[in-house]
Amino acid sequence: MSEGLPEGIDRHAPRSAAEGRHGSEGLPEGIDRHAPRSAAEGRHSSGGRKLADREGTLAWLFLMPSVVYIIALVGVPFVLAVGFAVSDVTAGDPSFDFVGLANFRAIFDDPVFWRSLGNTFLFTGVSMIFIVIFGKILANILVADFKGKWIVRFLVLLPWTTPATLGAIAWLWLLDSIFSPIDWVLRKLGFIDGNMYWLGEPQLAMGSVIAVHVWRLTPLAAVIMMAGLVAIPRDMDEAARVDGAGFWRRMFEVTIPLTLPVIAVSALFGAIFTFTDMAVVDVLTNGGPNNATQVLTSWAFFRGIDGGDVGQGAAVALFLFPLLLAAAIAILRAVRKLEVR
Amino acid sequence: MAIVEVRNLTKEFDGGKVRAVDGVDLATKEGEYLVLLGPSGCGKTTLLRSIAGLEQPTSGDILIDGNVVNDLPPRARKIAMVFQSYALYPHKTVLANIVFPLRAAKLPLEDRRRKANWAAELLGIRHLLERKPRQLSGGERQRVALARALVREPAVFLLDEPLSNLDAKLRASARDELKRFQQEVGTTTIYVTHDQVEAMGLGDRIAVLSQGKVRQIGRPVDVYDDPADTFVATFIGSPPMNLVARGDTLVGFRPEHLLPASYVKGDAQPVKLTVDRLEYLSGDRHVYGTVTGVGERTRVIARLPATVGDPIESGREYDFAVSRDRLRHFDAATGLRSVS
Repeated sequence: MSEGLPEGIDRHAPRSAAEGRHGSEGLPEGIDRHAPRSAAEGRHSSGGRKLADREGTLAWLFLMPSVVYIIALVGVPFVLAVGFAVSDVTAGDPSFDFVGLANFRAIFDDPVFWRSLGNTFLFTGVSMIFIVIFGKILANILVADFKGKWIVRFLVLLPWTTPATLGAIAWLWLLDSIFSPIDWVLRKLGFIDGNMYWLGEPQLAMGSVIAVHVWRLTPLAAVIMMAGLVAIPRDMDEAARVDGAGFWRRMFEVTIPLTLPVIAVSALFGAIFTFTDMAVVDVLTNGGPNNATQVLTSWAFFRGIDGGDVGQGAAVALFLFPLLLAAAIAILRAVRKLEVR
Repeated sequence: MAIVEVRNLTKEFDGGKVRAVDGVDLATKEGEYLVLLGPSGCGKTTLLRSIAGLEQPTSGDILIDGNVVNDLPPRARKIAMVFQSYALYPHKTVLANIVFPLRAAKLPLEDRRRKANWAAELLGIRHLLERKPRQLSGGERQRVALARALVREPAVFLLDEPLSNLDAKLRASARDELKRFQQEVGTTTIYVTHDQVEAMGLGDRIAVLSQGKVRQIGRPVDVYDDPADTFVATFIGSPPMNLVARGDTLVGFRPEHLLPASYVKGDAQPVKLTVDRLEYLSGDRHVYGTVTGVGERTRVIARLPATVGDPIESGREYDFAVSRDRLRHFDAATGLRSVS
């Protein structure tokens, strides 16, 4: 301590001397240096430094539209939903009264809720499997080089570009109980005698809803996976060919492992789109027959909007949130794991 | 081991607009190290990829061990290839990378393990077997790629610029290792490079390519001392061969043969050299100047070894000479070597 003190003083002394030197000797320099700089600043403000140069301001400016959009269309409705879920707001009586978890107790007591929840998982799970498989196959077709591939690409992307409801309405006609062209073809081929009642039989209805959903989301998955396939260095596939690997070995040992992160991303998108979608169910079956195709989103809609019990509808809708959050976190973590490998 | 032969091979791209390989005839010898050398875009990689079966030739034949392999897929050609990027499978361990070709060949587990160990031993990468490619340095990756090629015990190795991703220091030692490795396994090897130092150092013979055509095939010393045309003369050698116009011919001589007159013994061609500039490069002096007395006034370069101590300054004229048996003559119109 006693030894350190002189050192400390010693160290301090030259520094202050240096500062002093700077202070006294630096002054004329400082003036000299300052003069041209201020002139330069003058030039800048008169037109050199435009809005396009101010990156901080620009960042905010460019971010603003999406921030406003997310707050207005995601943030506000989410807060509203949380508020409604703990209130007794109905279409007939919009006054807000806090009721705690009464809405949640009510929906948990409703067997239709549990049925919808089960259906949602079945619907999402089965759709996902088919979307990933078909998406992978389509992606391989999309990257292949052959004559007339532009028309194939166009046709593949068509279901995704069609508005969900329009596509679903077209399928509603295709699956009509009496005039279904699918039934007509099956009858002509001699497979069936009468009608299939695609949307009338519980199992067939679920199958139909899943099929339409797969039809709609496969192109998106295919395009995402195509991007992954294109990103694989060509050397890798050629090396595997020279190494003697056939088509399937190259597919399962080289291509798929290398595109797994991308496949996971397309699965994530597909799962969230399926989980949160009600257009297909609403148009095709309206949740029927006898709630056989009811999913959480459609049930929330029927409860809250059609049934007018806004509080219970919000509670059902809110039930999706932790599930989606968990799914998103799980898949994003899987993706990150794959990336750092 | 095998002989690779290419007969009148042509490869066109874009429906005949680009002719990458233009009527190439080539044959390796048994166990030979043949280097395809040329500037980028000369068709050397396309030629190699055609031999590998990754490109379908437009016309001509490829023979391996006397059999036409044009219609065989790469895996049936008994070849192994090392890519410029090494193309290691990033999700597999080094061991899994090495045994991949053996699994594809449906070898039993016992044999796979034995061969992988043998290859890893030969290339000194046994301690790396459990790592992933991204945990390896450039030189280690190259050795893994070689091991993966080696385990198949191919009839032919095809190497596509395998040293170009290494830094200069590592490249020299890797070159040495490659050569020893090939001598040890004795497999016919075709090696593509644009680097003449690699080509001269590695090749038993060098095939110099330009614009899809083979300009010359020969031992490094032949290609250097007796270039078949002015392209080979100026492409090989650094600095390149000096060419001086004299009537219908071009007279060529290597920079190291243009020396102060007192150092040239025997039958010499005397010249006057007006010096512009000097460079000192690793002990040698590169003298830039204008030469007269051989033919037209031409700017040339002389490379004086450290043993030539004569003082030389820029701006002055000196008596230089070239030994006559070092002069090479080319036809000025065609660029081809003329007999003289």
